[in-house]
Amino acid sequence: MTILENRRSAMPAAQEAAQTATQVSLAGALTAALRDSMAEDSRVVVFGEDVGPLGGVFRVTDGLAKEFGDTRIWDSPLAEAGIVGTAIGMAMYGMRPVVEMQFDAFSYPAFEQITSHLAKMHNRSKGAVTLPIVIRIPYAGGIGGVEHHSDSSEAYWTHTPGLTVVTPSNPADAYSMLREAIASDDPVIFLEPKSRYWSKDAVELPVVTPPMTRALVLREGTDVTLVAYGPTVKTALQAADLGAAEGLSIEVIDLRSLSPFDDETVGASVRKTSRAAIIHEASQFGGYGAEVAARVTERQFFHLAAPILRITGFDIPFPSPKLEEYHLPTAERVLAALDTWEW
Amino acid sequence: MSDRVATREEPVRPTLLPISLIDGAGVAVNGKRTAGFARPDDQLLLGLYRKMVVARRFDIQVSALTRQGRLATYPSALGQEACEISAVAALAEGDWLFPTYRDTVALVSRGVTPAEALTLFRGDWHLGFDPGHYRIAPQSTPLATQALHAVGLATAAKLKGDDTVALTFLGDGSTSEGDAHEAFNFAAVWQAPVVFLVQNNQYAISVPVAKQTHARTFADKAIGYGMPGYFVDGNDAAAMFAVISASVERARAGGGPTLIEGLTYRVEAHTNSDDPTRYRGKAEETTWRGLDPIARLETYLTKAGILTAGVAADITAEAEALASATRDSMSESPVLDPLELFDHVYVNDRPALLEQRAFLERELAATEAGGHR
Repeated sequence: MTILENRRSAMPAAQEAAQTATQVSLAGALTAALRDSMAEDSRVVVFGEDVGPLGGVFRVTDGLAKEFGDTRIWDSPLAEAGIVGTAIGMAMYGMRPVVEMQFDAFSYPAFEQITSHLAKMHNRSKGAVTLPIVIRIPYAGGIGGVEHHSDSSEAYWTHTPGLTVVTPSNPADAYSMLREAIASDDPVIFLEPKSRYWSKDAVELPVVTPPMTRALVLREGTDVTLVAYGPTVKTALQAADLGAAEGLSIEVIDLRSLSPFDDETVGASVRKTSRAAIIHEASQFGGYGAEVAARVTERQFFHLAAPILRITGFDIPFPSPKLEEYHLPTAERVLAALDTWEW
Repeated sequence: MSDRVATREEPVRPTLLPISLIDGAGVAVNGKRTAGFARPDDQLLLGLYRKMVVARRFDIQVSALTRQGRLATYPSALGQEACEISAVAALAEGDWLFPTYRDTVALVSRGVTPAEALTLFRGDWHLGFDPGHYRIAPQSTPLATQALHAVGLATAAKLKGDDTVALTFLGDGSTSEGDAHEAFNFAAVWQAPVVFLVQNNQYAISVPVAKQTHARTFADKAIGYGMPGYFVDGNDAAAMFAVISASVERARAGGGPTLIEGLTYRVEAHTNSDDPTRYRGKAEETTWRGLDPIARLETYLTKAGILTAGVAADITAEAEALASATRDSMSESPVLDPLELFDHVYVNDRPALLEQRAFLERELAATEAGGHR
């Protein structure tokens, strides 16, 4: 029995019966997760830029200010190092802050606080200090954002020991993984694929999906393992559909967690398919896909029938709204890449 | 006039001459230069004096041990004892201190043992003490970053309804960092119970204050943030204690943050690897040695008749005992276990990290067995 089944079976029957599946957006699922975590644990506080009465520029904190008041959720001054730095101090006093960086590229002023303090404090205090902080970062492109609004910054965070880095691709995971991230005693970088904010699924809330550090096989296949995360999971599933039409059986893995990396799930899949490709929006050089390719090669080399491919953004600054379609990986690009292999 | 302008109090204007209660010659100051602050009573001053003497002896001892190779490095606070000790003395037991790398004497004065306080400087991988136990944050090496932590902790205390105050040390150089600005601003906007204590010791390694700021004083910066600022003789423990105490109690009572500049001097080099002769002259050092914080208090307390030969001997004995304990605790090299490097990177275990730990464990075992790494 999986942990998911375990938790679900523990849910009272009456409560389960009372739930009806409704269409929930990824953003709405995040809002629900914040609301439920705040209601359950008074140590959870939320702050950042515009997260109060406005509800955040993506409305993820919509309604929470009214519901919980300004001692639980408030607008901070406009300064990201300040937001993360003060969150660290609050966590040192027993709070569990959930802070928002308004956009991916606007998290960079907080880089020092995140990499030099948030990531290291537990270690340098020999475990005496824990920093249960979640940094929510809307990331990646596909929404026609102007410059500095579409970065995929995951590799900066995954390269930093001490951080847990996760990214949901769908509403159910968005809810469950954010609840789990807030409950975690390790600091978590929670990357939210902004192009998926408004995509809806029929989800019964509250929902508990498998642990956030586990990758999931979303589509089973036999010919190739396609590793995706966050915004590119949808692209990967589209590629699998296209591939199926051409008689190519693509197994799609949603990593969910970028750090730690689920070697086990990815490894098992590659041993089955003998071929692997990774898809991400971030530029290629020194990107997250390089780590995936290296790990899979080191561990599964003798099961591989072909070199691992990367289908990624180009090594250029993220383009302007009218040109981003040329930069972002597509299902067609995935299939074209797979065609370069000898089969 | 906006609501903001109409409702804010007229900010305290920092003086252009440092607030002074006992001058460089050890004479009590009265009148305008006190800015209305009362001189702490003589018994309290004697207590500060005792702690300052002990702190200096510790500092000298650690610098000596560093030259002997027992520590990897040590940033001395010699000459800054009035700032260091007054800050510690002004805090209540439940208050938090946020120190920088230069403030080790403050840690020891607050009860951290020498062995604990010197853990990082002798080359170990962790702090050596539990911050929660002493209510002292990790000494910050990155500049001004800890000021934001102090603001956050103080804000959390305020939200919980506790009367905890946080005091953070800063240096003159670190005021140029963006995090210092953000900390000042967040603290003022949130009315956090925080005291910022800028120890203006005149140098950021080799760079003098004139290259850090065009402001008349660092205290002047407070006005822009809407908080009180005080420019204080940082070598005058009476003045430092009076201003810090008032600021701490103001914060505790809900009055928000304060920015204090203590004008002092880094008598020693930045660290043992620095060479001050390349950037400052002997005359300047001599002038500042003449303004020593301990000597003036000694003069004052002796004249007041409470620093008797007996008391002085007792203080010396306490200082020597600490120096001796410090030597003893540094006499043996620390036992370092490389495998501990993996144990606290995360709260939750990671299979891949445990694999790397196992790799190093095998390598260590092979080395111990006489094999090559």
